[in-house]
Formats: sequence, structure tokens, C-alpha cells
Amino acid sequence: MDNVYITDRLKKTFTHDILETDAGGDMLTVIVTAPVIAEVIRFLKEEPDLGFVFLTDLCGIHYPDRGLPLGVVYHLHNLGENIRIRVKTFVTLADPRVPSVTGLFSTANWMERETYDFYGILFEGHPNLKRILNVEYLDFFPLRKEYPLEDPTREDKQDRHFGR
Amino acid sequence: MNTTTIPYTKTEPPEGYSAPGLFATTLDRVVGMARKNSLWPLPFATSCCGIEFMATMGANYDLGRFGAERLSFSPRQADLLMVMGTIAKKMAPVIQQVYIQMAEPRWVLAVGACASSGGIFDTYSVLQGIDRVVPVDVYVPGCPPRPEQILAGFMKIQEMVADEPLRRRYSPEYREMLAGYGIV
Amino acid sequence: MEDNTRYTTLNLGPTHPATHGIFQNVLTMDGEKIIDAEQTIGYIHRAFEKIAERRPFYQVTTLTDRLNYCSSPINNIGWHMTVEKLLGVKTPRRVDYMRIILMELARIVDHLICNSVIGVDSGALTGFTYVFQERERVYEIYEEVSGARLTTNMGRIGGFERDFTPAAIRKIREFLDHIPKVFREFEKLLMRNRIFMDRTIGVGPISADRALNYGFTGPNLRAAGVDYDVRVMNPYSSYDDFNFIIPVGTHGDTYDRFCVRQQEVWESLKLVRNALENLPEGPFHADVPQFYLPPKEEVYAKMEALIWHFKIVMGEIEVPAGEVYHAVEGANGELGFYLVSDGGRTPYRLHFRRPGFIYYQAYPEMIRGGVLSDAILTMSSMNVIAGELDA
Repeated sequence: MDNVYITDRLKKTFTHDILETDAGGDMLTVIVTAPVIAEVIRFLKEEPDLGFVFLTDLCGIHYPDRGLPLGVVYHLHNLGENIRIRVKTFVTLADPRVPSVTGLFSTANWMERETYDFYGILFEGHPNLKRILNVEYLDFFPLRKEYPLEDPTREDKQDRHFGR
Repeated sequence: MNTTTIPYTKTEPPEGYSAPGLFATTLDRVVGMARKNSLWPLPFATSCCGIEFMATMGANYDLGRFGAERLSFSPRQADLLMVMGTIAKKMAPVIQQVYIQMAEPRWVLAVGACASSGGIFDTYSVLQGIDRVVPVDVYVPGCPPRPEQILAGFMKIQEMVADEPLRRRYSPEYREMLAGYGIV
Repeated sequence: MEDNTRYTTLNLGPTHPATHGIFQNVLTMDGEKIIDAEQTIGYIHRAFEKIAERRPFYQVTTLTDRLNYCSSPINNIGWHMTVEKLLGVKTPRRVDYMRIILMELARIVDHLICNSVIGVDSGALTGFTYVFQERERVYEIYEEVSGARLTTNMGRIGGFERDFTPAAIRKIREFLDHIPKVFREFEKLLMRNRIFMDRTIGVGPISADRALNYGFTGPNLRAAGVDYDVRVMNPYSSYDDFNFIIPVGTHGDTYDRFCVRQQEVWESLKLVRNALENLPEGPFHADVPQFYLPPKEEVYAKMEALIWHFKIVMGEIEVPAGEVYHAVEGANGELGFYLVSDGGRTPYRLHFRRPGFIYYQAYPEMIRGGVLSDAILTMSSMNVIAGELDA
């Protein structure tokens, strides 16, 4: 099984939902539309000849200049044949909803909560979508590019000493 | 034969009047001497500095010889709150609660850059120094500080304990300072 | 729970002597039996991923130190390898072997802490005091190589800034000669000890299917029976030159995790010995012009070296845009770095795949039905490090 085979299988089943595939980097990267992402992940996990049974990682990303700025990146791993794949999906700021894969992988529970905490992406079907790492009363999504790193309310450090 | 004299400082007794079978000094010096050699620390270890504290408690650097062998994890039975590691804003109310539960006289040692001033983490989620929520007596800089530095900080606390007047904790200035932190 | 008068709520709060790190568990208990646990983490959230978007690539190493701070070299070297993967740099074999020695030493000390802390939590403090002395020896080796004891900031992108000094090699040899005796004593203290076995066998079990579903990696997964080790599956840094056994358990309970870590320490000692015996000659760094600072003597004497030094520090060297995911076998599992670069001097997005964060989710499932003392032992046998949990 190689990248060409996986791309073919995905394109045959999901046709126009597969927006882009790129096998040039360190692993096959596939971009899909947001509503079908859970189906794509289920397909990759449960099809007997694909068998990507391990969800290595799930994280968010923010490209403010694009039409679909918020993204979710999934890394899957086929442990039997040692093949990795990266699946991405992008949504808008106004409607950042992505179906959750918690039903397929229990490990996605906290990973999706962390992505919600940092980027504000709403995972539909998640059992307990609330903030996990930041304080509950934080009212913005800190890892989006428009927010600064430092605490804006701090008064003890003078910005001019830090080159800002 | 190779003899080397290891330099050491003799512990001086406090100032007072001494005669055969008699030593007279003020009460706060005696109490200070007793307290400084039997401080019970509360190790509030959150991150990497906590591992250096574990090394300080180990046999090589041995905090036990200063009288701090008995670590207390209950604040009610501790004298010295050693805060080691980063305190995030989520943790700030917890550390203030722990400080309030300690009985007077109590001292606070901020170990490490993160506890002293936020350290390398100048971010939205990290408290920039625990002195924003509790009054601190001694700061030990370092990231993480070597065990020798932690011991030096501890010895500074011991000096402060030895010289403390008995009525300090009831004085209006002290009460005012605590009120400034919101601790009544 | 309709009938609230039956169940007790117990707060295993953020400050607790036996939870090594600050995270909170609110346990719902029926007498002594645990029905459920609700977890709160984030008490030490330091926003590493946001900080990394503001630091040049060579400054992110200091952040990676503080992830799993018991085994900092593994994190540092994993980060350097990620950037080397992005740049397409191949390191010389000497660098690979030096990295193997340091990473395996870090793995040994992390397992030493974890196992001795399992002993402490079950009441056996002696092992901890024996074993912590050995950590001092490794601290001295780290100091020779990098200058710091705990948060090492080890090496550079492309290799190391200086070769191993004769003192470092001597200290590693002394460590290798000294530790087997101490470690065997520690093993005899606990491994076949009747009380320890009674306290840890059958405690906090997890099956291999559930472990894979929860994303377990590292010794916790290997104790459940799955032999997944990143060093073997995706070898990096010349690990495929070496032969080593992956210890695997059967039941996934606390005793299996303890034994798997013990055996891994023996395997790591063999790896260090092998790598040290066969250390190849050659340069101790690769040619990475974007990040490797020229030697200080040249910087002070020659103009080109000074300009080059300036360009690297100010970040005017071209870095390719792209994204890369690199995983190393950390002491508690697969530590992954997902790096997206847009050609600027700082990462555009850096995400740490932290094994501690991922397998700690399974904790309620592992302790359900057990008693409180079992829950404490399960927590320490999972090796959850707070810095890695919250990043």
C-alpha cells in the first residue's frame, strides 16, 4: 500500500470532497471539506485494507489571510504497515463547526478540547466541549494570530524594555 | 601526610550575659534560634524547580541538616512555604488558600525565576511572580537554581527567622501588608 | 447519581503530596470504591505553543526543555531533529551516536524517578534515596556536555557545539560501571517483594485495545502488550545500527508498567555502552549554515564570520517553508513535534504531541472499581509529568 493507492481509494469514495492531496512532503497530506471529515477518518480507520487505527495527533491552526482561516490537522498512523497520513480540514471564523471523532478514537476527547480552547473550533458531537488548559472565564481564543502573547493587563513590565 | 583544614564557621550564641551555669538573653533571640533550626517546610513543587528540590532533599545536598527533615504537606503544620515552579493564573487562588491556612509565624521562599517574576514565561496564562498573591520573604533566582542556591536561600530565611521580633506578626504594619494582598 | 446520600465526593486536589505534579481529580466514591473521576488540568499552563511562534528556531530549545523536565535531552534533541528534517540536513554518524548516548541516559533517569516514586507511594522510601544519588552522577555528565543540570538546552540544530570532553567520557564510563550494582539492589528491593507485588498486580489495568484507542504510547502501551516503539518503527539518529529488546507486558497493570520500565533501563544501559564503545570519528556537527554559529575565535577575527554570526542571530537566513512532523521515543511515549514554517525566522505553528496529555485521559477508566490507594499507585505508575500535561 503506498500513497498513490490511498489517494485513489479516497478519491473514489469521496470524489469532490477531497480538495487537495500532496505526497511531496514527509507524509501524504489530504485536505477535505469540513462536514465529511469524520466520515473520512472513519473510512481510513475501518476499511480493512487501509487500517489507520492510531490517531497520533489532532491540532488546530489559524491562517488569517485565507478564505477558510481556521483549520484542524489530524495525523493518523497505520501501525501494521507503518504508514502515516495527515488529514486537514478548514472552516470559517463565522461558523467554525467540525464533526467530532471522539466516537472513533477516545483519545480525541482531550485533543479536541485543547483545539477548542486555543482556536474556538466547535466540535459537534463532543461529550464535554469546554476549556481544558486555560481558565474557564477566559473570553478569547488565545492562539489565534490576532492575540498577543503577553497578558495585556500587566502593569509591572514596561514594553520598551522588551523591545515591543 | 596531607592535612587540610576545612574552614567552617562556629555557630555563635546570641548576644547575652553569660556566667557559670547561667546564660541570659532576650526571649525573642532564644525563640528565634529554636525556630530557625527546626523549620518545617511545605514543598509546593509545581515544575522543574521541584526536581531540583528533590535533589536538595537527597543525600548529596541534604536539606535535613538544617533541621528541615520533616516535610509537611499540610499547611496547618508547616512554617515555611517553598514555592518551586511556575504558578499559572489558574493556580493563584490555590496558593493563596494554602498560604491563608498556614499558622503564624509563616515565611515564604520563592524558588526559581518563575515563582519570583514569571521567569521566561511572559504569557497571558502565567502569574508574573507569586508576590502578586502572597507576601514573599526571600527570592531565589535561577532556572532552575542549583541546590546550593536553594540552600543559600534557605539560610537567608533562617537569618530572618533568627532576627524576628516576637510582636512583629501583631503589628499594624504587618496587618496592613496582609490586607494589601486581600488576606485578612 | 439520583441518590446523593450514598456517594462521597473526594477532592484529590491540585496540591497533594502523592500526585507528582499539579492536576486535580474529583473522585466520586462509594465508600472506598471509586465510581468515577473528573479531571481538571491546566494549573501550570504556560502557553508553550504560543511562545514558540515568537521565538527563533534555536531559542525554542529552551522551551522544549521544560516539557518533560525529567528527561530534557530527549526533548531538545527531538526538536533539533525536527528542524533538521525541515531543512533536509543529514547529521554525521558521530553526532547520532552522541545523541543516542545522551537520550538513553535521559531515559534511564526518567525511569529511575518513575519507578522509585512508585515505591515511595506504596511506602518504600529506601529505593528512592538510593536511586536519587545516581541521578547526581548523570547531572554531572549533563553539566560536562551542556553546562546545566536539569533543563539542559543540549546541543544545537545540526549537532553539538563542542565534542565530548575526556572528562565527559570518563564520567559516562564511571556511571556505566557503577550503576548496575545499585540498580540491581533497587530491583531486589521491590520487584519480587511480596508486599509490593500484592499492591501492584491487577491494579489500574488497561487492555491493549483500549490503550490503542486512547492513544497510549511508550512504556504504558508496551505494558499492555503492544510492542510499538518509535525507535524501531521510524528509526532516527542511527538507532537502526543497534540491537535492543523491547520489553512487553501482558496485563497493562501497575506491576507490568514497573517491570517494563525496569527492563528498559537495562536495555538503555546496553545501548549507551554500545554507542560509547563504537563512537565513530568525525565532525561533531553537520553543516547547517542557517543556524550553526561560526566558532567564536573566527567571529572575533574574521569579517565574514562576524557578518554570518550577525545574520544568523538577526534571522536573515532563508528557511524553507513547509510542514513536518517528527516523533521521538520519549521516556513516556511518542513525543511528536508538528512544525509549520512559512519561511520566517520563527515557526508559524508548532504543536507538541505530548504523550502525558494523551494517556492521562484514560485515568478514570483505569481506576474505576478500585480503591483510593490503588488510584494513587496507578497515577504514579503512569508517569504523568505536569509540565508535559499542560505545556
